[in-house]
Amino acid sequence: MRAKYVLAEVLVGLWRNVTMTVAMIITMIVSLTMLGASLLMYLQVDEMKAHYYEQVEVSIYLDKDITEDKIAAIKAQLDSDPLVKRDGVIYEDQAKAYENFKEQFRDTPDLVAAIGPTELPASFRVSLNDPQQFEQINTKYAGLDGVDNVVDQQKLLQKIFDILGSIQTMSLVVAGAMGIAALLLVANTIQVAAYSKRREVAVMKLVGASNWFIQAPFVLEAVFAAVLGSILAYGMLVIGKIVLIDNKLAALTDLLLPVSWGNVNLMLPILAGIGSIVSAVTAWVTLRFYIRV
Amino acid sequence: MTKTYPKASRPSLDDVSVSIEKGDFVFFIGPSGSGKSSIVKLMLHEIKPNKGKVFVNGKEISSMRSWKIPSFRRSIGCVFQDFRLLPNKTAYENVAFALEVIGKSKAVARRVVPEVLELVGLGGKEHRYPHELSGGEQQRVAVARAFVNRPLILLADEPTGNLDPDTSIEIMRLLDRINRTGTTVVMVTHDSNIVNQMRRRVIEIEGGRIVRDQARGVYG
Repeated sequence: MRAKYVLAEVLVGLWRNVTMTVAMIITMIVSLTMLGASLLMYLQVDEMKAHYYEQVEVSIYLDKDITEDKIAAIKAQLDSDPLVKRDGVIYEDQAKAYENFKEQFRDTPDLVAAIGPTELPASFRVSLNDPQQFEQINTKYAGLDGVDNVVDQQKLLQKIFDILGSIQTMSLVVAGAMGIAALLLVANTIQVAAYSKRREVAVMKLVGASNWFIQAPFVLEAVFAAVLGSILAYGMLVIGKIVLIDNKLAALTDLLLPVSWGNVNLMLPILAGIGSIVSAVTAWVTLRFYIRV
Repeated sequence: MTKTYPKASRPSLDDVSVSIEKGDFVFFIGPSGSGKSSIVKLMLHEIKPNKGKVFVNGKEISSMRSWKIPSFRRSIGCVFQDFRLLPNKTAYENVAFALEVIGKSKAVARRVVPEVLELVGLGGKEHRYPHELSGGEQQRVAVARAFVNRPLILLADEPTGNLDPDTSIEIMRLLDRINRTGTTVVMVTHDSNIVNQMRRRVIEIEGGRIVRDQARGVYG
């Protein structure tokens, strides 16, 4: 009986200021979508870091006129180096480097034609136990006789992660700003709802209805809007994944790992939870000030 | 007990001490601004005294925790000058609403609401809306709502203020009947006719002080 009463009150209340309700839900959708997107990006960057750092290599380029002896000496030193992963050293001679180069740039034959087979340096591809220890490798090997230079792929990746990080910060800022707007709208909607039911509230207080019973319909109104908003925000994320990640940016998935459905689905309970708790608290605090007991 | 409102130069109630026995029928009289309405508000815990204590039904309510107030108010019925009925509900629904919001079931409402409406003399008019009822009938609905929960105390703040003399007398007869069931009735009024006719205890307040407390008093 009481549940039915409260539910009916919630629906009537939402319908009474339907424009305000719609505004509240839309701002919630936008802010929760932004929040969801930045959370997804956060998870994604973590996964990508783990994935790429696993594969990251240090390239040690050798002088073109290096002798076989020196190559063997460097290889021996690398093989016995504690920083280097076991069996983590691959030697790429000039012919192999040229093959790889031709393969990589097969779409631009002019470039391939311009480079001769002996112009590319031989190199060691070295996997490290801890990719962060690049500097130690650099100081050890860069000065060796016969080594041209040492290149860390991690530095290239770092740039990509920096870009992803700033996109993430931006979407968090937008989510925050929209979140504040959503909160203000919730507070306003609740005030309007409480005002339109001021007679009922006055009578309820007079006859001794418990505080939660007076406040529950208003709080549930806000929670209902938040849950609806989070479901729609989840829908936006799903559309975003299908249209943007899986279609438009599919070419980039070599570089950017695909966003998994598991992570996207995880956003529904998270967004619904955050949305409803925050709006319930906002509504409750608003009522504390508005309906003095 | 003393009550001073913020920004007021003098206390609304100044060192007032009064006790009302169970089953009493008491009038608080006095000119506007004398502080008599503050007594009703103090008894409902709508305001708190600055000094002193308020006991209602044997409980000290001046220091009561706010979450206990709702259940305390269920032991008090209230009637006001402006009736305070819900315009979009019928007489029956207005009374039933007061039961529903304190958690009583619809079955209980179906049993007790017609009974109490009959008691206040509104039998047959249960399904009229407030705007279809006269002032006196609306006040009867309000009395029914205040009494339906069988409170120990009925507070009436100028219940006849909006009614003509004949109708006022009818409402007073109703309050008298309720008083005879053992309910304490505390009524704030400045209707001299009624006070003179009822011959009950009269407490006169002026300038925040009790100037008269008479067992079978007149408005005088």
